[in-house]
Amino acid sequence: MTDTERRPGVRGAAATGRAVTDTERRPGVRGAAATGRAVTDAERRPGVRGAAATGRAVTDAERRPGVRGAAATGRAVTDAERRPGVRGAARVGLPLLAVLLVAAAVAGIAVGSTGIAWGTVVRVLASRALPAGWIDLGEISEAEQVIVWLIRTPRVVVAALVGGALAVAGTQMQGLFRNPLAEPSVIGISQGAALGAVVTFVSGLAAAAVFWLPLFAFAGALAALATVYAVATRAGRTPIATLLLAGIALGSLSTAVATLLISLSVVNWQVANEVVFWLMGGLDNRTWTHVWMCLPPVALGAVAARWHTRDLDLLLLGEETAASLGVDVERVRRTMLATAAMLTGAAVAVSGVIGFVGLIVPHMLRLVLGPSHRTLLPAAMLGGALFVIVCDLLARTVHPPTEIRLGIITAACGAPFFLYLLRRQRGGMAAL
Amino acid sequence: MSLRLDRASLRIGNRHLVRDVTVEALPARVTALIGPNGAGKSTALRLMAGLWTPTGGRASLDATDLSGFSRQLLARRISFVPQDTHVDVPFTVRELVTMGRHPHLGRFDDPGPADAAAVAAAMSRADVAHLAGRPVTELSGGERRRAVIARSLATGSNVILLDEPTANLDVDHVIETLTLLRELAEGGATIALALHDLNVVSRWADTVAVLQDGRVRATGPSAEVLDDDLVASVFGVRVERLTAGDGRPALVFHRRRAGTPTNNVTRNWDDSQRGNRRLSPAPTNTSSAGPRSARPTETSS
Repeated sequence: MTDTERRPGVRGAAATGRAVTDTERRPGVRGAAATGRAVTDAERRPGVRGAAATGRAVTDAERRPGVRGAAATGRAVTDAERRPGVRGAARVGLPLLAVLLVAAAVAGIAVGSTGIAWGTVVRVLASRALPAGWIDLGEISEAEQVIVWLIRTPRVVVAALVGGALAVAGTQMQGLFRNPLAEPSVIGISQGAALGAVVTFVSGLAAAAVFWLPLFAFAGALAALATVYAVATRAGRTPIATLLLAGIALGSLSTAVATLLISLSVVNWQVANEVVFWLMGGLDNRTWTHVWMCLPPVALGAVAARWHTRDLDLLLLGEETAASLGVDVERVRRTMLATAAMLTGAAVAVSGVIGFVGLIVPHMLRLVLGPSHRTLLPAAMLGGALFVIVCDLLARTVHPPTEIRLGIITAACGAPFFLYLLRRQRGGMAAL
Repeated sequence: MSLRLDRASLRIGNRHLVRDVTVEALPARVTALIGPNGAGKSTALRLMAGLWTPTGGRASLDATDLSGFSRQLLARRISFVPQDTHVDVPFTVRELVTMGRHPHLGRFDDPGPADAAAVAAAMSRADVAHLAGRPVTELSGGERRRAVIARSLATGSNVILLDEPTANLDVDHVIETLTLLRELAEGGATIALALHDLNVVSRWADTVAVLQDGRVRATGPSAEVLDDDLVASVFGVRVERLTAGDGRPALVFHRRRAGTPTNNVTRNWDDSQRGNRRLSPAPTNTSSAGPRSARPTETSS
């Protein structure tokens, strides 16, 4: 086994062969050392510019979810109150989110240990999207092309897919449980998925074929979700206390079993270390293989979620009303459980457990866009992607050269928000 | 369209919620299911709505068994208004009413102009057009009930079933709601209600089915069925029949306690205070506040 194959994160990538270079594994210090002159050159050349870009991007990123976001929210809410029903925010909201997402994605690719000019990023991406020869990459070094296309782009794409998946899964769970605090990591679903993933790592299945990892993560998520649902739901309603308690119990159990499996199967310290690191949630060393690993289930989940938008709205009115308006409640519920589990599984398979994305994003968007899932679901997809890209950018740049784990950043944003919701909660979906 | 239960039963475990119930709701008629709590009126109504499937007997719409309809098709024919119209989510009234178009829309369709027109018509019919942009969570109980009725009209169904449509409503809203239902019936709709308020029933319903312990005790035109003896035996009260200003009967109920001469006391009070019997404050409870409506009003932020 080579070094690459032993890392759980890069394992799938290893299946594609030698395409994964050392650079991809350690975009930071080590990568520079490994590829030698080219990268260090690249790092040196845009020195001042890169630093400037970093500074600007970070303050932007900080302003967006924080001060500016709050200002936007505040304004939109008062607007909605003044002209209720018009939901003007919804019409502006989606395109605005899309624009912000593209900007964040470009920033996510441009900013890092090696600063890369925005123009370079756009040109490298365009050269990949357009037929060969259309874009002249003449003065862009090989190293920069590698950093943009093989290191940062897949990472940003995975971040977008993970964020979109978790936010949509969270939105669906909140509708399904009729409970605003339902969220994949809070109620133990992500931990269930992680357990499934750990099974593939310790059994060697993950190394055998790429699809086992997301498949087992899905199975773990589905089992966890079905259990929480069966335990905590009575007559179509899920009281907050039982939901959270069932989730805590199940999450702890899953984590305990996963830890047990890891400790029992320590082939070498390196593997265990990497798995534990992966469990903490992060996007380092993501490759195109990870993109292909989670794209199909996320795309399928997004279509399935769209398929059930109106059903979700109707279920918020109660099972009986939904049924009387033509919703096959049992079937819809089963499909939505499976969809939410698939989305969670896909996200966990490539990023470990990243908390609170499915809580923070749908709630922020609900405040601005209203509760109707027709706009909320696509907005959650975009908003989740945006949120995770920005958080990952923070994770990489706040304290260089060390990366802070992405899960820590999302928890730092999400946990206070969760507590706020819990405090504000007066029963039912009142906080929605 | 006429909706019929034919010797329908629903058994859960060893308990029959309703047994051998035969009721028919006809077009252009308001049909009421009445009875004390637990008599099975809500159950019977849900069997008629096709929300539950009878374990014995059958439920049919124009002679077609309800189980022969898909959920979607059934939702276009029959709409159901539950007793609890509380909504925790701040959908606007328009959004809520638009949900009535669900059975007409394909999976990936968005509501089109035809749906918007149906929604607008339903909202103005139920007098909630002026509330279209308001979040449902901010409406009063009466407004919310009308919004839900508008949703049921938006489905285009010609059969509307309502469980306790007057529960929790102030009297003016009770009258508004019932007037709307009467008008709908006069327009040809089939209306069926589960009610516990006998005065409402005798005044607003054409046909009555009286349920007790899951069985039908009596059925027929409301004026004939609701005689004092039947009411007395089903509800366990003593009935006093007054005449309202419009010449129609108004019922007052008195406690019937075995071995206590409450009757005499009341009679004396009546005789001394009321020469001619007119609708007036009664010494004991009137029917207007049933135990079912004793539910705290929920508020939400």
